[in-house]
Amino acid sequence: MIQQSKIVIKDLNLYYHEKQVVKELNLEIPQNEIFAIIGPSNSGITTTLRTLNRLCDLTFGARQEGEVLLDGKSIFNKNVNVTELRRKVGMVFDVPTPLPMSIFDNVAFGSNLNGKKSKAEVEEGVEKALRMSALWDDVKDRLNTPAARLSGGQQQRLCIARVLALEPEVILLDRPCSALDPISTAKIEDSLIQLKEQFTIIIAPHTIQQAGRIADRVAFMLMGDLIEQGITHEVFSVPKDKRTNDYLTGRFG
Amino acid sequence: MRIDAQTSQKIAKTLIWTAALFVIVVLFSIIIYILIKGIPMISWQFLTEIPRNMGRSGGISSSIVGTLLVTAVAVIVATPFGIGTAIYLTEYTREGRVTRIIRFSAESLAGIPSIVYGLFGFIFFVIYLKMGWSILSGGLTMAIMILPTIIRTSEEAIRTVPNLYREVGFSLGATKWQAITKTVLPSALPGIVNGVILSIGRCVAETAAVMLTAGSTLRMPISLLSPTRTMAVHFYILAREGISMENAYGTAALLIILILLINVGFNMLVNRFVSKGR
Repeated sequence: MIQQSKIVIKDLNLYYHEKQVVKELNLEIPQNEIFAIIGPSNSGITTTLRTLNRLCDLTFGARQEGEVLLDGKSIFNKNVNVTELRRKVGMVFDVPTPLPMSIFDNVAFGSNLNGKKSKAEVEEGVEKALRMSALWDDVKDRLNTPAARLSGGQQQRLCIARVLALEPEVILLDRPCSALDPISTAKIEDSLIQLKEQFTIIIAPHTIQQAGRIADRVAFMLMGDLIEQGITHEVFSVPKDKRTNDYLTGRFG
Repeated sequence: MRIDAQTSQKIAKTLIWTAALFVIVVLFSIIIYILIKGIPMISWQFLTEIPRNMGRSGGISSSIVGTLLVTAVAVIVATPFGIGTAIYLTEYTREGRVTRIIRFSAESLAGIPSIVYGLFGFIFFVIYLKMGWSILSGGLTMAIMILPTIIRTSEEAIRTVPNLYREVGFSLGATKWQAITKTVLPSALPGIVNGVILSIGRCVAETAAVMLTAGSTLRMPISLLSPTRTMAVHFYILAREGISMENAYGTAALLIILILLINVGFNMLVNRFVSKGR
């Protein structure tokens, strides 16, 4: 089966002011798979993810060279509508960030922004998104209570639901489970495996084990360099590069 | 001689307690004294009649209306400018010469004695713009006076909103304006309202500047261009000219009650809004 690349990253160099944080990155991310980018902190992974939906634009001094293609079209093109791009390429952050409003309003936030949907459509979308992130049964009776009252794991699933409600094509997750307990983490991992049927998922896992459990492919980055990439079980069982092997066996990182 | 850690801890605790207690005692004795002297004067007649005989008898209804109108004009004019400037300073520009100039101006404005605002208002609004002694002149003068407070408190409140909220907004496809109005401002609202309440207090309490710009007539205002005598001015004149100390205390007590009511009312509004999210 030939899989289509959803995102193609070509010769991407990322900088903060004069400091280069990602060097000559080339990656092809296939559709409907979970792609994990692993590496120690300070490897440029977060910056890479933030570039894919152009959230980097907001950071003073961040700039990029090279090309990122989404469905074959450059995301840096002047004609790209950045807010549309961010709806297509959703992002979940490392800390659960419910906005100070009700559970329902959090999930409906994105849909209400452009006001194109009727109230019934929004309600339907919220329920669908909460079901997909496996939170519906927990919250269906208290949609109007403040989101901040949910547990950390529930909050993070709420953040995932909030992104899903936008009906995106790609979901970026930046260490989404780093603040969560193992049970919540397992629930989120289960949801992600379900979700890849419909979405393309790029995750920066907070542990190597998480990449091993859920990712179809991994890329290993170190200090802004891409060291190695491939099918997860191949990379994990026979790493080609000594540094990958060292990282996987816990010699650093 | 060295004091050991436990002793210095005890001394510090005692001093801090004393300081707090002193402040509470001073504040409460002022408020309670005025309320005891003033509340017996407050009656239905005091609230609903206009002053007679220079304020020796009758009520202070025209002053109550005047105070509320001057304050309303000031707050309605100053709040959008203040919050707008705060949003510009925090969201739309980077730290640099322009922000320093704005902040420096705001700080300087905050430090000017209110009588200077009164003089400016008198020359600019009353004479140059020919508004005369009026609620409008007084309100606009007050608006300039409270602007720095609103800018500074709003700016502080907006700055304490976690940056992540903005990024969440943007990452969900919000435009900059949507990110500000839907995620940043609701979180900053309690702080902003606090600044507005503080400003209302200053307007209600202001004497010198309103006397120069809104006049001191005892008649009931009929439009925003009517002159008026605010409660603080009325109190000042009653006490200073020795017209009626009883009615002066009554006015003062009503001023305090008014400020308390405004405070409590706004806080209840904000709490109702905020509790939806927390």
